[in-house]
Amino acid sequence: MATTKTTTTARPAARTASARLDVPKTYKLFIGGAFPRSESGRVTEVLDTRGRFVANVAKASRKDARDAVRAARKAQPGWAGATAYNRGQVLYRVAEVLEGRKAQFVDELQRTEGLTPARALKQVEDAIDLWVWHAGWTDKIAQIAGHANPVAGPYFNITVPEPTGVVASIAPQSAGLLGLTSVIAPALVTGNAVVVVPAASAALSSISLAEVLATSDLPGGVVNILTGDPAELAPWLAGHADVNALDLTGAGGLDWVELERIAADTLKRVIRPEPGIAPETPQRILALTESKTIWHTKSRL
Amino acid sequence: MTFLEYAPAPESTAILNLRDEYRLFIGGEWVAGSGTPFASVSPSTERQIATFASADEGDVDAAVRAARSAFRQTWGRMSGRDRGKYLFRIARILQERARELAVAESLDNGKPIKETRDADIPLVAQWFFHCAGWADKLDHVGLGANPQPHGVAAQIIPWNFPLLMLAWKVAPALAAGNTVVLKPAETTPLTAMLFAEICEQAGLPAGVVNLITGAGETGAALVRHPDVDKVAFTGSTAVGREIAKAIAGTDKKLTLELGGKGANIVFDDAPLDQAIEGIVNGIFFNQGQVCCAGSRLLVQENVHDTVMDRLKERMSTLRLGDPLDKNTDVGAINSTEQLERITRLVAQGVAEGGEAWSPACELPAEGYWFAPTVVTGVEASSTIAREEIFGPVLSVLTFRTPDEAIAKANNTPYGLSAGIWSDKGSRVLAVADKLRAGVVWTNTFNKFDPASPFGGYKESGYGREGGVQGMQAYLKAGK
Repeated sequence: MATTKTTTTARPAARTASARLDVPKTYKLFIGGAFPRSESGRVTEVLDTRGRFVANVAKASRKDARDAVRAARKAQPGWAGATAYNRGQVLYRVAEVLEGRKAQFVDELQRTEGLTPARALKQVEDAIDLWVWHAGWTDKIAQIAGHANPVAGPYFNITVPEPTGVVASIAPQSAGLLGLTSVIAPALVTGNAVVVVPAASAALSSISLAEVLATSDLPGGVVNILTGDPAELAPWLAGHADVNALDLTGAGGLDWVELERIAADTLKRVIRPEPGIAPETPQRILALTESKTIWHTKSRL
Repeated sequence: MTFLEYAPAPESTAILNLRDEYRLFIGGEWVAGSGTPFASVSPSTERQIATFASADEGDVDAAVRAARSAFRQTWGRMSGRDRGKYLFRIARILQERARELAVAESLDNGKPIKETRDADIPLVAQWFFHCAGWADKLDHVGLGANPQPHGVAAQIIPWNFPLLMLAWKVAPALAAGNTVVLKPAETTPLTAMLFAEICEQAGLPAGVVNLITGAGETGAALVRHPDVDKVAFTGSTAVGREIAKAIAGTDKKLTLELGGKGANIVFDDAPLDQAIEGIVNGIFFNQGQVCCAGSRLLVQENVHDTVMDRLKERMSTLRLGDPLDKNTDVGAINSTEQLERITRLVAQGVAEGGEAWSPACELPAEGYWFAPTVVTGVEASSTIAREEIFGPVLSVLTFRTPDEAIAKANNTPYGLSAGIWSDKGSRVLAVADKLRAGVVWTNTFNKFDPASPFGGYKESGYGREGGVQGMQAYLKAGK
């Protein structure tokens, strides 16, 4: 399945007399709403299932990860400050744009992840539906997780869920597009910003998803995607003092215990690894939130 | 004595019926600990109250096994309705023995009887009363139908609110169907032992609550025990980090209530009489040994001088002394180690350019005392504006605009509490929105209630205690 490798033996298909010379895409990182190359200048070669060269994908470095966290921190207050109605529309817009580019994703999943046409289509449609599901949560999560608390005294006392801040995620290593969606979307519902390392095998659909996000009214920096080696990038994200939560859903194959230990230094919220994509539950959304309780005096009449 | 002074009004300790030695409470029995016993002293007199057993690794194992066995055989199988009845019973006995518990707590901790009588112990009973009602309503805590307890909960609590922190831990754990092994702080184990007696009076099945006394190693052994399912800790951020590391890679669930450096923001339109009282309550309640204390006062620049004058005037009326005297406002510092820490940090604050002021205040010859202190001229970068002092020391900073107040309030790795004082409701709500803190008190401070979640953002820990969120921490979704 995984078709990335770092040797350079493969060659693009040779031009035939009648065929048009195609225009291969240059894949880059997605940081702060822009598509920069890795500052390290490194790339990873992506091959199709028959071993033919598809593209060179940027291989993010520690510095890229730091830039991504900085972009996420900058964008987070604005995203959290947007109305829930607005966030819901943006998440739905992601689904709309993804729907319009369905064919591209189906093609990429077939070419680089080796899925059958039917399974590729199913995965793209499931991902679209997952964006729609999360879009509907933005203005409801506070109603199931927020409360007016009946405290014993003359106070108006409410609890509201709030985003925890900047979330760093290691995306599931299977089901590239769907797995990536399953860790990004729940974090966005309440207003977190995300720095995510997609599965190495899902580099193409990850950056194509970045193109969808970049054209879906999502403010730049709210989602940052770092194609590269999860094992190389994860320790820096786990230790970064300006990251509030570490989502290790797809880190089962890494030394995730060490990552959890590193995260303890800054008391990050940690989601431990689990097989497959992240579950579609409101608890998943709430795992990346804080509860803020506000007391206000109430006069006795 | 002039007619304006207060006559001494000491609460009698005759209500107490203490033992000279306390053992571990494991599996419903009082058993000797294998570690070296230690003494707990009264911080106001340095006199020994009693000796307490110290649990070693073997004792910890026995306690966890007793909890596991009770979880399998009695508590985990019991109906929620019956669990609730036990907790209601305990709540009532706590109310009946409230005065005794208040005296014991003041004696052991050094906090004023006024606070144990009017705040700590009533809240302890209220916590059990509140959680009791949850026991048969767990389908409604927000985890779907038939949520399940984790199993054995390991709980470690601090010395600043010994019995209240026990209640915050034990009541929701039992309501949810877990059994517990709890370790009180080594300087304040007394009321936990009285709580064990209350469990006996209530006829609580053996092994449901197990209490093991000891120091840090005992707590570490408890956290590391492989048969523990859930760890709940309240205490220092440093120890919280160690615990988070120790459980990394396991299936154990964790909630942490750690340190804080709460900002108390006073705008120029604040109702000043109430604000002054709120500032005093925010930092001198429990001698400032409160994780959510309002230890950084942020005053709008144009009212700084007025606020400071009135604050100093009010501080001059605080009565420091015998914790068992009903007129005492400020009691003793809990331990000699804590007193040293406070003294060192204030000296550092002055060395870094702050100006410390305390009212004329005679400190008793015996015991551990620190006069209420306010330090002005503090910079956001000063040590005493950044580190948690955990004592009656208020650092004062100023601001000009709401944005500056918010930026300064959030300029800390902690995120536990904050206060806002202003007459303008729309501004209060807008500022509360932007503060990165788990509890925001507006025009009040240091209020607690079992129906209201409490807990922090960032390095103040994770999870909440109280309210629906507090119950969720002791449950997992049903299958």
